[in-house]
Amino acid sequence: MMWRSPLARVRDALRGQKVREKDLRNLVSNLPYEGLDKWKQPNRYFPGNSIKTSKYTLLLFIPMNLFEQFHRLANLYFVGLAILNFVPVVNAFQPEVALIPICVILCLTAMKDAWEDFRRYQSDKRLNSMPCLIYSRKVKQFVERYWKDVRVGDFVKVVCNEIVPADLLLLHTSDPNGVCHIETANLDGETNLKQRRVVPGVCITDPEFEAESFNSIVVCEKPNINLNHFKCYVEKPDKDKVGAGIENLLLRGCTVRNTDHAVGFVVYAGHETKAMLNNNGPRYKRSKQERRLNIDVMFCVILLLTMCLVGALGHYLWLQTLPGLPPYLVPHSNGHLDSPSLSSFYMFFTMIILLQVLIPISLYVSIELVKIAQIFFITNDIDLYDEETDSQIQCRALNITEDLGQIEYIFTDKTGTLTENKMVFRRCSIMGTEYPHKENAIRQAVLTEPDSDEEVIFTQAPQALQTQWSLDSDDVNRKDTMHHHGSRRKVPGTAHSDVAFSSPLETEVTPDKKLLQQISGAESTSVSRKIDAYLDFFLALAICNTVVVSMATAQRQRAAGHLHSFQTNNPLNPLSSFVRTVSSLRRSLTSYQRKSKRNRTISVDSSIEEDHFNPPVKLEGSGGNTGAQTCSLHVPRSSSEPAVTPDMVCYEAESPDEAALVYAAKAYGFILLGRTPDSVTVRLPSGEDLRFEVLDTLTFDSNRKRMSVLVRHPISKEYVLYTKGADYAIMELLGTPYAERLKGNQKNIAADTQQHLDYYAKEGLRTLCIAKKVLSGREYESWSADRHRALAAIENREQLIMDTAVQIETNLTLLGATGIEDRLQENVPDTITALREAGIQVWVLTGDKPETAVNIGYACRLLEEEDLVINMSCKNKLTCTSILDCTLEEVRRYVADPRNVDTTPDISLVIDGRTLAMTLSSDLQERFVELAKHCRSVLCCRVTPLQKSAVVKIIREKLKVMTLAVGDGANDVNMIQAADVGIGISGQEGMQAVMMSDFAISRFKHLKKLLLVHGHWCNSRLANMIIYFFYKNTANVNLLFWYQFFCGFTATAMIDYWLMIFFNLFFTSAPPIMFGILDKDISAEMLLGVPELYRTGQGSGEYRFSTFWVSMLDAFYQSLVCFFIPYLAYRGSDMDIFSFGTPVNTISLFTILLHLSIEIKAWTVVHWVIMLGSVALYFIVTLAYSAICVTCNAYWTLQSQMVDPMFYLVCIITTVVALLPRYTFHVLKNSIAPSPLEQARHLDRMDPITRDQWIKEWRSFRGGGQVKRSGLSVPPSPTLGTSVEAYPPSPTASEITGDEFTLNVISENYNRPVHT
Amino acid sequence: MIAAMMASSYNAKEEDGHHSGSSSHGGAGAVKSKKPDNTAFKQQRLPAWQPILTAGTVLPAFFVIGLIFIPIGIGLYVTSNNIKEFEVDYTGVDINSPCYSCAKNFSWNSTQSCVCSVNFTLEQPFESNVFMYYGLSNFYQNHRRYVKSRDDSQLNGDLSALMNPSKECEPYRTNDGLPIAPCGAIANSLFNDTLDLYYVDSNSTKTPIPLAKKGIAWWTDKHVKFRNPSGNTNLTVTFQGTTKPVNWRKPVYELDPSEADNNGFINEDFIVWMRTAALPTFRKLYRIIQKKSGTTPTLPSGRYILDITYNYPVLSFDGRKRMILSTISWMGGKNPFLGIAYITVGSICFFLGVVLLIIHHKYDTRNNSADIPN
Repeated sequence: MMWRSPLARVRDALRGQKVREKDLRNLVSNLPYEGLDKWKQPNRYFPGNSIKTSKYTLLLFIPMNLFEQFHRLANLYFVGLAILNFVPVVNAFQPEVALIPICVILCLTAMKDAWEDFRRYQSDKRLNSMPCLIYSRKVKQFVERYWKDVRVGDFVKVVCNEIVPADLLLLHTSDPNGVCHIETANLDGETNLKQRRVVPGVCITDPEFEAESFNSIVVCEKPNINLNHFKCYVEKPDKDKVGAGIENLLLRGCTVRNTDHAVGFVVYAGHETKAMLNNNGPRYKRSKQERRLNIDVMFCVILLLTMCLVGALGHYLWLQTLPGLPPYLVPHSNGHLDSPSLSSFYMFFTMIILLQVLIPISLYVSIELVKIAQIFFITNDIDLYDEETDSQIQCRALNITEDLGQIEYIFTDKTGTLTENKMVFRRCSIMGTEYPHKENAIRQAVLTEPDSDEEVIFTQAPQALQTQWSLDSDDVNRKDTMHHHGSRRKVPGTAHSDVAFSSPLETEVTPDKKLLQQISGAESTSVSRKIDAYLDFFLALAICNTVVVSMATAQRQRAAGHLHSFQTNNPLNPLSSFVRTVSSLRRSLTSYQRKSKRNRTISVDSSIEEDHFNPPVKLEGSGGNTGAQTCSLHVPRSSSEPAVTPDMVCYEAESPDEAALVYAAKAYGFILLGRTPDSVTVRLPSGEDLRFEVLDTLTFDSNRKRMSVLVRHPISKEYVLYTKGADYAIMELLGTPYAERLKGNQKNIAADTQQHLDYYAKEGLRTLCIAKKVLSGREYESWSADRHRALAAIENREQLIMDTAVQIETNLTLLGATGIEDRLQENVPDTITALREAGIQVWVLTGDKPETAVNIGYACRLLEEEDLVINMSCKNKLTCTSILDCTLEEVRRYVADPRNVDTTPDISLVIDGRTLAMTLSSDLQERFVELAKHCRSVLCCRVTPLQKSAVVKIIREKLKVMTLAVGDGANDVNMIQAADVGIGISGQEGMQAVMMSDFAISRFKHLKKLLLVHGHWCNSRLANMIIYFFYKNTANVNLLFWYQFFCGFTATAMIDYWLMIFFNLFFTSAPPIMFGILDKDISAEMLLGVPELYRTGQGSGEYRFSTFWVSMLDAFYQSLVCFFIPYLAYRGSDMDIFSFGTPVNTISLFTILLHLSIEIKAWTVVHWVIMLGSVALYFIVTLAYSAICVTCNAYWTLQSQMVDPMFYLVCIITTVVALLPRYTFHVLKNSIAPSPLEQARHLDRMDPITRDQWIKEWRSFRGGGQVKRSGLSVPPSPTLGTSVEAYPPSPTASEITGDEFTLNVISENYNRPVHT
Repeated sequence: MIAAMMASSYNAKEEDGHHSGSSSHGGAGAVKSKKPDNTAFKQQRLPAWQPILTAGTVLPAFFVIGLIFIPIGIGLYVTSNNIKEFEVDYTGVDINSPCYSCAKNFSWNSTQSCVCSVNFTLEQPFESNVFMYYGLSNFYQNHRRYVKSRDDSQLNGDLSALMNPSKECEPYRTNDGLPIAPCGAIANSLFNDTLDLYYVDSNSTKTPIPLAKKGIAWWTDKHVKFRNPSGNTNLTVTFQGTTKPVNWRKPVYELDPSEADNNGFINEDFIVWMRTAALPTFRKLYRIIQKKSGTTPTLPSGRYILDITYNYPVLSFDGRKRMILSTISWMGGKNPFLGIAYITVGSICFFLGVVLLIIHHKYDTRNNSADIPN
């Protein structure tokens, strides 16, 4: 290595700093510099790919860890005290001994930290030494290296199913279209495949990639944590710039799928990769109780200082009264005594050391232990386990378990949270004609039956062959899934079962007869083909999306081998499945008859009619799966040639809506066969394959609320823009109605469609509008130039791209609309009812239309028919203000109404996003919050993610309440972070919400047990434990304090210091921790059965100011008793100090433990073992200690006491007197005025049957308000069978769309007589 | 903002074999379900005893406590009353007191002993063994620095500690360059009055009453905790090179020259003193008057003379000195407190029991039909 001056090195280091901080980075290939010294490398300033997430090194562990730990104030306090003990004039004990408690605490924490860090170190090491392929100029090919060797500027090759080692700019793939599929599950949990493309035109993609020919400069932005954005351009030697974005970037941590290999240029490595930047460790939140706790610790500090002051003052006075120089005053070594004032000044500090335990040293450690155990129990709750996804609840924030028991407001998302997020195509309206798809509705109803996988057959019933076929495959797959997935039993196994949004419920659509005829009509008359709106509609459904088509064969091949072995090993399979077919057929038929009675609309022959249609239609759904499965054994991964049967295709959609629409199109024969960046292939019902050239894709964003795809029609060569989006986003952009160009059909399609959309919304369906636009070549050219400019821009690119999108999406022609059902998850109404009974206000924040939302609101019992529903929807601020004032007046009057005194006012508010934005402005905020306070439930429609979090923040801050937000998608992340407790639902839409949440559950219904049971338990357990801890330390330390009055305030301890340390460290530490972990005041059944019990935890709950002070007072009383009864009993006798301390200490132990046993609500084996063990430990250790340590103060004291009957007599009476008040108080309270919790405990002890009866009676006993709720009124449900006309239009929904504004207070239902 | 899963967990996830919905596993072997074990412990369903404190359930406890405590209390009270105790204050504060002059003129430095005699009369005979105590008031033997001012190793016979006492003994650690044995403030302030008791019979003859000076310390203290430095049987040689505490008149090996096993560190008066009292007013066992055989009382009623060699000054701290004669029962000395306490607490519990009985009849029956307040 060449010698370089230090100056040059410093300069180099500084330059490196500057280069890293620059907004743009110029990267070149490393290959020309291979083998040179490090300082000659062009990319030397950028970090390599090795990562280090461990905090400590072996050498520096102790200082660094201590430094970390001393950030905790409590630790500093105790170390300060220990150091104070080394000052000779103030020391209270042997200085070395005083260090023990703090050392134990520090060591325990350090051990925990060391273990965690070691785990991190190991995982770093494992990651760093993963193999990967890097191009080497010497060897002229890719050579195997480790991840840590990857540097910025290298060329890395990734093969199928391998994890990407660094952020790579994709330059070459094995795919002729330059596409690489990746799975980002490691990053965001989304399991659908995403496409990445090579940067066009940068590399000559010969069959083999030539790394050495790469001589362009890659200019990219500074690393940032945004996973969805990347700005970069590649400057070729001829100064031509090619833009690149996130679609060209392979992120570290992703897995390459369905692509043989890909080669990329490393742009970010190691800690600069997006994955690592996003890796920001576990969350730390401070719980409400912790904040309370800190206040109480401050009180303890004040108390401590007061006691020390009393001690110092007492010492001064005591010295003052001494007439002479008594022999017991020990002078300093130089033979002189301090003056009383100086002496008492020192005494103050000595007292602090003596009484330091008043601040509970072990409290923080104990709380951490208890929370870990609570989380253990929560995650192990079998009721919070979801069989379907095999997922437990995840606790991601470790220290807010008790907050779960204090929730007052819940903010929930609708889609995916209350609903399944399994989008089911239900209805559509094309050119103003409604197609209700009744058959489909029936089929879905059948599917929802518990034994769904057997009843699927019903749809194929008329065709015997196909039935058996489908069953067969079904059966195979089910066994198959059981075989290696173990737990996915409920998912009817199709080849798609692994793909997101592809349960049979979502994938299968039974076509509407009428519509099928329409299409076939359009097909046959080929003249009208070009303009036929029906075809366009379905083409739009098939094309206008970002769904990736993957062949069932290529799809995650690993499953295939097992299938093979299964099939060969079971020759009897066809026979047995045949038997099954017969039996299940019979069963499904009976179930069908049962259904048909309820839904008289269906006709039995409907399925037979289907036969007249084209074959592809019938091969949909689970029908053809066996074929696909068999293929998968032999057929090699095919290229994108569409020479495959439609049944083989799998759709990988990013959103469930898209999947639903593509499957709907497929059901009508418009089968999406393949999608590459520049083309889409669709098979028409006629069997003909059309390959559309995709000119551009205008992706969805939440501002535009729509997406478009610009294609070139292969036959007409027209430039066609297909757009789909939210109804209001499309309706505003419509140009001349399409229909008006059709002869003889002059009706206003837009109006009709709007009407249908309203119906759909009322039914609770999600609506989308489909539109198209035909562009002229000239139009396209000019737009395309703009677009290109926008794409290559590096400044302000998003805005420019959006502008170009808005520019082209005008003058659309409406084709139709679709209604997609998103069904409620199971037990949602039950859960919401329970939560409301628990005194929690539930808010639903959704992006849906008010009508849809209100309907879902009724369905999930968020709104009740008896409720007073207030709708707020206004366009300008002035009206908004007046409405708000009016409503507030009305509500106040309503609440004040004497008629409503004994019932809880059930007021619900429905508000839309625009109005919400106005009410949340600073001047109306107060009034809105006031109104919201009176409302039992609030429904916010059409809100943006930002509004969601704004609502949460305002309510949380203004009302000072505990809030919980629950959501499943990326749009809920803001809300989840804003709330005190954020809950993510690991559903279908990726994991962003889960990643940001404190707790992640898989179903909404789990919230009930999580809050009502675990929340209550955690809260009451921890609250009681904390209070007990304060009590324990105060009671124990005060014994020493009272003794000061009899030893001239000289800070003498009558208990040996070792025993004092043991007392806190061993004898009395385990019982409260066990109490905090295991105590169970009320059984889970009771808590679930009577949600009202949850209210006891709300507000400040069991850990209140008063409880704290009451227990402190009790501690003072008990310590007085524990000190003065022995004092009086031994006064004037020949008792020595430590013999006196022994009974006092023993009494203290018994009192403290028996106090705890009064508080323990349920005694399990563990309780007995720990309690008795603690007592035994005390006696064994103390006896051993005082027998062995001859030169100790406590030598033989306990032994000599234990042979004295007085010892026992004193212990017994003192303990009884100390605990009598608390015991009596508990008894009297429980007998005379039992709290709800106590009553519940009473019920809990009865046998289940009587108990249920009691609960029922108990609940009916309560006021009328509750009766209404538990009444039998069936909420209007948006499920099948209710035709649009038959459904009683809800008064709220119909008027909500009023143009100007509406305020309707519906009280007609309210005055109904109360059910009795 | 989308946060990625911790990058370091790729592999962990892969090994776990699960992400919901993903299919990248399933190849190798059966995948373990994440389903929690359905055990009573994990599901928090351990069988438990759930006591509820209501008037009905705790009634018996109160009565039982009452019924047990009252007899115990009576027993204690009677026992305490049967103990005979006699106390003489011989401080000499009062001008009429026989020890007035001794108290007046005395300080730690004086070399001459002052002797005074106190007459007293026992109204009742003391039947069993009589314990003779000296009592000190206002003497804070529990002062923190005083309590610490000793070297237990030295007292345990450790030779190195003998010659080099612990720092705790300062400033009574060395004197004139020689280590003090026994060192420290406690030893230095050893109570050194001598008490002698005489019975004056009807014809005014003084009969000395035999006072046993052994058996007043704890057995373990005498035999384990306190030991003379081993080596030489001659204590004078053993303690060579040390000096006596400042306030002492004679060195430690002359505490009881008459008996070898009561001399040096194992002198019982010394051991008793070294067990520092818990409270500022205390008594310490001085001598035991053994019961004579037969029916004659240990101390018959009548006149007695207490001869005091007045060495110990207490007026500097307003202290008092007493001589106490007491018989002993199984519960120690006379103290009526515990008996009274037991009777009182027993009665209170009984009373509470009655109150609870009433409450039980009034409230417990309607208990369950009560309403949960909202």
